[in-house]
Amino acid sequence: MPLLEVRNLNTEFRTGAGVVRAVDGISYTVEPGETVAIVGESGSGKSVGALSLLRLIPNPPGQITAGEVIFAGRDLLQLTEEEMREIRGSEIGMVFQEPMTSLNPVLTIGRQITETLEQHHHADRAECDRRANELLGLVGIADAGRRLKQYPHQLSGGMRQRIMIAIALACGPKLIIADEPTTALDVTIQAQILELMQRLTQQLGVALIIITHNLGVVARYADRVNVMYAGRIVESGTAEAIYHDPHHPYTIALLRSVPRLDRPRQARLDPIEGQPPDLTRLGAGCSFRPRCRFAIDICATSRPPLEPAGAPGQASACFRRNDLGTSEGRAA
Amino acid sequence: MSAATNGASPLLEVRGLRMHFPINEGLIARRHLGDVKAVDGVDLTIQHGETMGLVGESGCGKTTMGRCILRLERPTAGEILYNGVDIASLDRKSLMSLRRRIQVIFQDPYSSLNPRMKVGSILSEPMRVHGIEADATRRAARVRELLSLCGLNPNFADRYPHEMSGGQRQRVGIARALALEPEFIVCDEAVSALDVSIQAQIINLLEDLRDKLNLTYLFIAHDLSVVRHLCQRVAVMYLGRVVELASCDELFDNPLHPYTRALLAAVPVPDPTVEAGRKFQPLIGEVPSPINPPPGCVFHPRCPIAVSECTQIRPELRELRPNHWVACGVVA
Repeated sequence: MPLLEVRNLNTEFRTGAGVVRAVDGISYTVEPGETVAIVGESGSGKSVGALSLLRLIPNPPGQITAGEVIFAGRDLLQLTEEEMREIRGSEIGMVFQEPMTSLNPVLTIGRQITETLEQHHHADRAECDRRANELLGLVGIADAGRRLKQYPHQLSGGMRQRIMIAIALACGPKLIIADEPTTALDVTIQAQILELMQRLTQQLGVALIIITHNLGVVARYADRVNVMYAGRIVESGTAEAIYHDPHHPYTIALLRSVPRLDRPRQARLDPIEGQPPDLTRLGAGCSFRPRCRFAIDICATSRPPLEPAGAPGQASACFRRNDLGTSEGRAA
Repeated sequence: MSAATNGASPLLEVRGLRMHFPINEGLIARRHLGDVKAVDGVDLTIQHGETMGLVGESGCGKTTMGRCILRLERPTAGEILYNGVDIASLDRKSLMSLRRRIQVIFQDPYSSLNPRMKVGSILSEPMRVHGIEADATRRAARVRELLSLCGLNPNFADRYPHEMSGGQRQRVGIARALALEPEFIVCDEAVSALDVSIQAQIINLLEDLRDKLNLTYLFIAHDLSVVRHLCQRVAVMYLGRVVELASCDELFDNPLHPYTRALLAAVPVPDPTVEAGRKFQPLIGEVPSPINPPPGCVFHPRCPIAVSECTQIRPELRELRPNHWVACGVVA
C-alpha cells in the first residue's frame, strides 16, 4: 500500500483576471521511503500541488475544489483543522525554499525546534533539549549547545536550511515535502544539503517529495518523477525512463533545451518556442499544443489523459505518446 | 608576463583590480572597522569578439568586478584599460562617451525595467541621454528595429513591462543594452532568473547578436552549464580572487584547482545514468567572510589537498598548461 495517494486533486485561485486552475486533476502515489520528484517551470502548479497536500492554501483566494489525499489510510482533505494540525509537522514534515522567511526571526533556533516537539509529543523541557541537541548533530551542525541559543540571522543560508531539515525531522515523520529546498543556495552548499537529505531519508526510512525546476537535481536524487505543465502531470515514470525515453513532447523539449556541463559545446540550444500558457485562458485542448512540434488536430479539441507509455510504470498525457520514443529523446 | 596577457592589444585589460568596501561604525565619531574585500587583486584580459565567462558563488566578487568595469563603482586600486585607456580614473565627462560603448544586461527583468515607462520610452531613453537620433521619428524607427532584432513584435513599443512575460522583458533589457550600438556588454546573470525553456531562447538570442553585431561579452553567471555553452574562456573566482583561468573546454574537461573541481562535481547533470556513475564528495564548510579572509590561500580551510604552506603563502596564478592558469601551490 502506498504511503500517500493523491487522486484527482484540483486547486483553484479566484483572481481579478479570472479563475486560475493552478492544479488541474493530478494523481500520483508515493511509496514508503521513496523519493519522488515533481518537476516543472514557474506556474506549472508544482508548489501549489504540494501545499494542497497539507491544506496550506490561503482561502480566499485559493480553494481545493476536488480530490482526495490519502495518507496512511486517511483522506487528509476530510480531516478537521484540529486533526490536520496534528499531522503537519508531525507525520508530514515540510522544508521550504527560503529558510530566512520560513524561520521565525525573533525566536531562537532551539525554541523553534522544541516548539514542534512540545506541540506534538508533549515532551518536557529536558527531553526537548536533549532531542534538539541530537537533531542538530544529525543534520551536521557542530557546537549544538551554542547554536541552539542563536537566532536565524546569525546563521548562514546553508545552516538555516539544515535547521529547517532538523525541524522537519523532529517528530519522526513518515514523509517530508521539500519545496525547492536548495534553489536559494549556492551550488556547493546545495550539494551538501541534498546529500544530507538523501542520507537522512534513507537512514530513517522517510519518504521524500522534492519539488524542483532543476533537472540535474532530479537525475541525481529521485527514484520517480512527475513532470508538470500548466497544472497537470504530463508525464510520470522512473527517473531512468523519463530521462532516457521520454514520451511527452514537453519532457523531450525540456531535456533538449538545457545546456549540459558534461558535454562539449554543441552548435545551438534547441529551445521551446513561445511562452508559457496563461492559466486563466486555457482552452479545451492540450495546454502544450501551441508550443508543441508534434501537435495534430485532436490536440486542439480534447485533453489527452495520462496513460501508460514506454517503460512499465511510465505514463504520458499525449495523444501521440506511442509515436514518440527513444529516437526523439536521445537527441537531448 | 601577467596571467591575463594573451595575444595582441586586448579590448579590455584589468590589472591588479581591488575593490574594498569600508565598514564604518558610529554616526558622529566614525570608526573604520575594516573592509569587505569584494575584489582583491584580479588580472583579466578580454579580446575583441570574445565571450569571457566569470563564475563563482555568491560573494566571490564577480558582480563587483562587472560593476567596476562599468564604472558603477570606483575601484580602490588597479587599472582597467579599455582600448588602452584607463577607465578606473576617468572623470564624469569622459565616462559618458565610454558608456556608449560598454553596456549591461541585468539579472532581473522585473526590477531592471521602469514599470511606469512604456517599452518604447525605455528603449529610446539611452538615445536621448546620449544625443543620438535626435529626430523623434527616426528614434521610433530605431526602437522598432531594436525590438525585432531581439525577437519581439515591434508593436511592443506601446506596452508596459507588466504586460509582458519574464522572457519578453529580458528581451527588452537586451534591446536597451543594444540601443547605443555598444561593442562590449557585461551580462550579469542575464539568464539566471528565467525558466529553463525560456532560458534557452535567450541564450540563443545572445549568441545570434554576438555573431551579427560582433559583440564582446563578459558573461557573469553562477550556472556553469550555461557558461560552458556560451563562453570561449572562463575565469573562476573565489573570495575576491581568480583561482583558475582557461579556455572553456579545457577548464571543464580538465579542471586543476581544487575549488573548480569541487564546484564542477557539485553540479548535478540531467542524466540519471551519468549521475549514478559519478563519485561525489561535497565540499565541506562554507565560504569565509571577505572581511577577514583566511591568510595564505583563501581556499585552504575547505581544501581537500591543502598542505601547511597553504596557510601562509598566497598562491599567484601560474600557467600550468598552455593558456591554463591556476592559483594553487599544490597542483602541478
